[in-house]
Amino acid sequence: MDIKLQQVSYAYAAGTPFEKRALYDVDLTIPSGSYQAIIGHTGSGKSTILQHLNAILKPTSGTVQIGDKRIDAGQKPKELKSVRQRVGIVFQFPEHQLFEETVEKDIMFGPMNFGVPEEEALRRAHELVGLLGLPQQVLEKSPFDLSGGQMRRVAIAGVLAMDPEVLVLDEPTAGLDPRGRKEIMNLFARLHREKGLTTVLVTHSMEDAGRYADRIAIMHSGKCVVEGTPQEVFAQTELLEDFRLELPQSVKLQRTIEEMTGHEFPTLYLTEEELAEALASYWTPNGEGMN
Amino acid sequence: MLEKMIFGRYIPGDSIVHRIDARAKLVFVFLFIAIVFLANNWITYGLLIAFTLTIVAVSGIRFYFIVSGLKPVLFLLVFTFLLHTFFTKEGTVLLDLGFTEIYTGGVIQGIFIAIRFFVLVVMTTILTLTTTPISITDALELLLNPLKKIKLPVHELALMMSISLRFIPTLMDETDKIMKAQMARGSDMTTGPFKERMKAVVPLLIPLFVSAFKRAEDLATAMEVRGYKGGEGRTRYRQLDWNLRDTVAILLLVVFAVGLFLLRS
Repeated sequence: MDIKLQQVSYAYAAGTPFEKRALYDVDLTIPSGSYQAIIGHTGSGKSTILQHLNAILKPTSGTVQIGDKRIDAGQKPKELKSVRQRVGIVFQFPEHQLFEETVEKDIMFGPMNFGVPEEEALRRAHELVGLLGLPQQVLEKSPFDLSGGQMRRVAIAGVLAMDPEVLVLDEPTAGLDPRGRKEIMNLFARLHREKGLTTVLVTHSMEDAGRYADRIAIMHSGKCVVEGTPQEVFAQTELLEDFRLELPQSVKLQRTIEEMTGHEFPTLYLTEEELAEALASYWTPNGEGMN
Repeated sequence: MLEKMIFGRYIPGDSIVHRIDARAKLVFVFLFIAIVFLANNWITYGLLIAFTLTIVAVSGIRFYFIVSGLKPVLFLLVFTFLLHTFFTKEGTVLLDLGFTEIYTGGVIQGIFIAIRFFVLVVMTTILTLTTTPISITDALELLLNPLKKIKLPVHELALMMSISLRFIPTLMDETDKIMKAQMARGSDMTTGPFKERMKAVVPLLIPLFVSAFKRAEDLATAMEVRGYKGGEGRTRYRQLDWNLRDTVAILLLVVFAVGLFLLRS
């Protein structure tokens, strides 16, 4: 399912003296099956964009096309449930949305709202708990008895249980330990690959954007200023500096090596593994180092 | 979603109304509430409106806010007006509806009560629009200070009040966030039959309560580790100071009250 934003502007509290513009004429197309990262500073409009992706916010002007559903400014669209089912959003700190008596019921909440039969919802809950690396016993526990990291996983399971076609993630790993962070990001990458889930990732981590995404959009002061593949985006070092954004660690290291040796690599290495592999190929067996 | 709520919000400004001491404003509004009941004929009610509108003008607050302050009580205003119109049987018959008659006295009484309502709401709205919640609490604490003698925990009450005021916007944001998260999970609290909508409130309220309790606990801990132990011997960062203009404001109100008293029938 493609999502297409055309000339989307949004203002909070529109029409009151507290009006605050958050988005200015944003054009962004997220093709079906892609992994789109959205990066930018706090207050750049990332989270506002994200809420347009399942019509929780409606544009002040412009249109949002979500699959076959068109949302125009100033119109009250009916029947948004199917859109909400097809686009699952994992909000920042999603553990705050847990409320049921048991983890099982909480995971089933989403699918049951969309009319999934109880047995099927139950089956999904059991499957997802395993997928997210939680023991089956947690299903019977109260979500409030779990650790922070476990709560986060349950909340993510609650969104995945809706079986969305598009998964929107708002800094899904904020506040997790490094290991949990990696596990969860790898899980999303796997779902993206195996289930063909269109994924939208809002993140502060250039490493995650470089490693997982196939398109990157940079938001700055409510505008979408750069859009392209990670290779294209991270090649524009000066532009990134203008928007006070960093390069991924591996690219930084690559640049430093290039500066010190005068050697230029043919491409950007967006992950440590890629860079290590490239460096290893320059290594001669007798240990003399780089050419 | 909830960002349109304006009631109880403070709008920064530099008018004389903004600068008057919060204690003076508080006393002013309380006295005014009593004075409103002095009016009982066209002239006095007219004066009330003129007085209120003058203060609105002086405060420099856009009329928009005043109107939005009135919105929540609009229903009550109309309701009391109708109640008086239909049930006061004085004066001559104005309209015969068959099942009941409307009397001139009823209409007049209805208008008077509506005016009373209007000026009261406008005046209190101006108080909250021009005074920071913190200075209102400070003012209340200082005004209530004498009651410490009869063992009323004035400081604690004021603290409770300022903490609750402080957390209103936080909780509103939180509500907004949780509401959106649950909407994204297919919960719908704006449409559908009443029973369904009530059910949809549970997924909103429980997380809200949980986070409110967590916040309260965090705040209590943070206060304790910084050695908070009540109001004993505490000095203030924000000093309220009573100026000549504050006395003048109160005196003006007294003069106005005397005027009303003389003109009432």
